[in-house]
This record gives sequence, C-alpha cells and structure tokens, in this order.
Amino acid sequence: MSVDIATVRRIAGLARIAITEEEAERLSPELGNILDWIEQLGEVDTAGVEPMTAVIANRLRLRDDVVTDGGIRDSVLANAPQAEHGFFTVPKVIE
Amino acid sequence: MTDLTELGIRDIRDGVRAGTFTAREVAEAFSAAVAAAKPLNAFLVETPEHALAAADAADAARAAGAAPKPLAGVPIGMKDLFCTKGVPSTAASHILEGFTPEYESTVSQKLWDAGAGMLGKLNMDQFAMGSSNETSFFGNVVSPWRRADGGNAPLAPGGSSGGSSAAVAARIAPGATGTDTGGSIRQPAAFTGISGIKPTYGRCSRWGVIAFASSLDQAGPMARDVRDCAIMLEAMAGFDPKDATSLDLEVPRWEAGLNASLKGKRVGIPKEYRVDDMPAEIDALWQRGIDWLRDAGAEIVEVSLPHTRYALPAYYIIAPAEASSNLARYDGVRYGLRDLPDGANLQEMYAQTRAEGFGDEVKRRILIGTYVLSAGFYDAYYTQAQKVRTMIARDFERAWAACDVLLTPTAPSAAFALGEKAADPLAMYLNDVFTVPSSLAGLPAMSVPGGIDAGGLPLGLQIIGKPLDEQGVLDAALAIEERAGFVARPGRWW
Repeated sequence: MSVDIATVRRIAGLARIAITEEEAERLSPELGNILDWIEQLGEVDTAGVEPMTAVIANRLRLRDDVVTDGGIRDSVLANAPQAEHGFFTVPKVIE
Repeated sequence: MTDLTELGIRDIRDGVRAGTFTAREVAEAFSAAVAAAKPLNAFLVETPEHALAAADAADAARAAGAAPKPLAGVPIGMKDLFCTKGVPSTAASHILEGFTPEYESTVSQKLWDAGAGMLGKLNMDQFAMGSSNETSFFGNVVSPWRRADGGNAPLAPGGSSGGSSAAVAARIAPGATGTDTGGSIRQPAAFTGISGIKPTYGRCSRWGVIAFASSLDQAGPMARDVRDCAIMLEAMAGFDPKDATSLDLEVPRWEAGLNASLKGKRVGIPKEYRVDDMPAEIDALWQRGIDWLRDAGAEIVEVSLPHTRYALPAYYIIAPAEASSNLARYDGVRYGLRDLPDGANLQEMYAQTRAEGFGDEVKRRILIGTYVLSAGFYDAYYTQAQKVRTMIARDFERAWAACDVLLTPTAPSAAFALGEKAADPLAMYLNDVFTVPSSLAGLPAMSVPGGIDAGGLPLGLQIIGKPLDEQGVLDAALAIEERAGFVARPGRWW
C-alpha cells in the first residue's frame, strides 16, 4: 500500500495538522510501511465474526436524569489560552 | 537507622504503623532521593510539599490513635498521564505544557484518600505512545541500569511508563502509578527489574486519566515486588460512576489473599509465543519460569492461541484510531497550547497548534488513525481489526478451558539502548509482541523479574489471567518471585 504525498496531505488536513513539504515527503514512505504491515489482517477469515464492542461484559448504566455538575465557569476557563468576559475566544469566524 | 529508601511499600506501611519511624522521615528521605536523581530525568515535577503534607497527616492520625489508612505514610510517584489538581499534568507533551487541572483523577484521589502522598509527576512517552520514553517532549528518561560491559551506554527504561519504572528501580520511589494500553506497565517493569500489574479492563477508573486509546487504557501499580503491587492496586481499583466502562464490583482483598502455592492450578504455555529469532536467553528464562511454577505445584500444559500473530497489526489499527479521535480535543481553544499566526483563521489555528504541539510519534499515530477511519477504508481496517480482536479474545477463552493462567516472557529482549530503535517505528512496535494480545482481550497481566541476561540486565516473565482473576495472576507471580531470588539492582551513578 503506497501512500502518495497527496494522500498524506489529505489525511493531515482531515486530522487538522499542518505539515511542511519535507514532512509530507518523509511521512509518505513511513505511513506506507506501517500500512503495508497492517495489511496482513486482510488475510484473516472473519466471516460471521462480530466486531468487538466491549472486552469485559458490562451492562451500560443509566443514571438519574438530574443535574450533577455546573456552576464552575471559572474552573472551566482557567486553562484557556484566551478567555474573555466568561467565554473562550477564537479568531473571528463570521465576516 | 536504616536508609528508609531501601524499604518498599509494605515495610513503610508497617513501620509507620508500628512507630519504628515516622511518615515524615520517610517522605523526607524519598523527596531527597528524588531531588538528587535529576540525571535520570524521571520526574517532570517534584512535589515534596504534597508528600510531606500526607506524611504529617499520617503521623498526626497515628498520634491521635486513629485507625491507620491502607497507605498511610507511603509516598509514591504519579505518572504524568493522571490529572492532579493544582499540579501541572502534561502527558509529557508540549500541547499540554502548563496545563494545571482543576480536578483530580479518580485513581490519584483514591490513593490520596488511602493516605499516600505524591513525590511528583513522572516522565513518560508523550501521550503514552512509545516503548522507550524517547517520545517525551521533556527529554527521555534514562534507565538506572547499565550493561555490565563497562560501556555505560544509556539504556531505555521502557515505555510508556518509563519514569515510573526508573523511579522504582532507582529506589527514589517505593511505588508508582503506571498506565498500560499495549504493555506500558509490563514492558518497562521488565526492563528495570521491578513488578507491575495491569488489572482487568474496568477495574481502575479512567476518569481524569489523559486518554490515549479508551478501549485499552488501564491504570495499575508498579513496585518492587508482588505484594507491594497487590497493596497499591487495592487502593487504586474500584467502581467509579464517572467512567462508563468502570466495573461495579467489590475490590478483592488481594494482599490478604496472596498464596504462592499453585497446587491444583494449571499453567498454560502458549506455543505461538515461541516467535522466530527469539533470543536464547529469553527462551531459557521462560523455561526456568516453567520449572518454578511446576515446583510451586502447578501442572504445566501447552495451549494454542492461534491468532496471536495478528494482535500487533490489529492493535496498530485500533489504538491509533481511538487516539486520533481522543486527541481531536487538543484544538488550542479550551486548554493547552495555542499557536495563532498573524491573520490566521480558526482552521489554520487548529492545524498550526496541533503541528506545533504534538511530537512526531503522536502525529504519526493520529495520521494512521485518521487514515484507517476515513471514508472508504473504515470497514477494511477498523471493522476488520475489531473482528480479529474478537477472535483473539476467543482464543483466550478457549485456553481457559485448559488452564488457569498463562506464562510468557514479557518482552522479546532486555532493555535496548536509547536511540537504537528510534529511527524505525515498526521495530519499536514489535517490542510489544507479548503484551498486546492480553490488552486487546482486556485481561489482567503482570510482569515479574525472572533473572538477568549476560549483559547484566533484568528480564521479566509475564503472567496473564482470566478476566477479574488478578488474584490468580498475583499468586503465580509470587511463586516466581519466591523462586527467582532476583536481588540484582542498578549501581548508583546518578
């Protein structure tokens, strides 16, 4: 499985990671090698096998539908790189 | 007076209870040892004030005649994957540099509630992705061990819990927390001659543990011996409503239940673990392990786990897929690093922040995960891997009809030198060949020292158990520990 540079760029775009031209060139064979190696899973006959959803049988719980959290705005914002007037701030997204 | 840093968890606990020494003396001795061990780079943050406060509380409670807490007076190291309130928690990454949680992880809170104190936050592979500690943004940990060849090549302490393994092996912490996604407790324990157990998936809460691959991540203790692991695991485990996959079960009294007699037990030897080009020393160690368990009363049976060879490729689809999803949260908005070039828009800010904040291995895994989950590939990779995972779990279920625990080597080699495998990601991944299958099946598994190789470095044996049978794992590990007589330790050079 070869991963060409255009594919590396597309994947990096989906993952929201900026990459330079040199990085794309380096990653192309690197990702190709790893994907080549995991290709071998294709040879396993999995007909009729259900994909794993939970390693240990465990019933998903429901909790009471009540408010258990909140009123901690300052804690939520405490680690924000930029917060103003009680909100997270980001670059302008609406022209 | 004896050097208190020579003592493990049980001896510290019992000595503090008996009044042989005070908890403060213990905390001071270990904090001084931590401060004097900077060349190991095991600690990212030192918190002697936390350890001393817990120690003073333990001493005051004893003076007041209160019933002692399970870990009263025991200072430990905390892997930096656990969020600790008011203490920076970075997962050894740049993107979380400066992040100071406003909350405490469930596992660390349980340890503090049990009376333990924190010596500091331990270095690790960035976001727990790595087997050598070389992916830490803050520089690799150096193993306290050196080869006996006089060459002094700096060695890998294993990973990802390499700060934990180095600290315990160097006797600057009597115990430490680790986390294990594909072997991150067991392989570093094997590399440094200590013990470590990954419990059944769901025993320890994942709440407040910085997520890597959520269906695999499990916390566990790393300590000098099996009993110390049992003591620490009792304090770490237990139901937590804040973790949807937490098991609502009583925590067994593993320490009280320890029993090194394996009479009536059957130990399975999986033939597929005899991999090609396995070093003769590893094979010989495995045989010694078999002899020790037979000597402890166990019956040895050969078993087959036919899909073993597919475990690693399945893992390297599932873990990166989950990581790519989990690490999407690092966006430069809510916490951690933000890189906002002049005039950049929101999308550019995300991409630039993540390019700047993630290390190469983390990016590699996010990209692999993004690729295998992308439109058109999802079924061929991710669904197929989860089906193979089901088959691997079934292999183990069938084996349990013939045996109670499995014995294997922990890793295919002793510790390698730093830099030796860094250039080849695949060679590094193959180091997890013996630990990954049990992770995929959510089983309890433990590494215990078995001996040293010709180069003077520790080798570990792994015990894998049935779901929820940590007791069986600990007992078999104890039987090995009692017979291996492992006393080697690194000479102090730091």
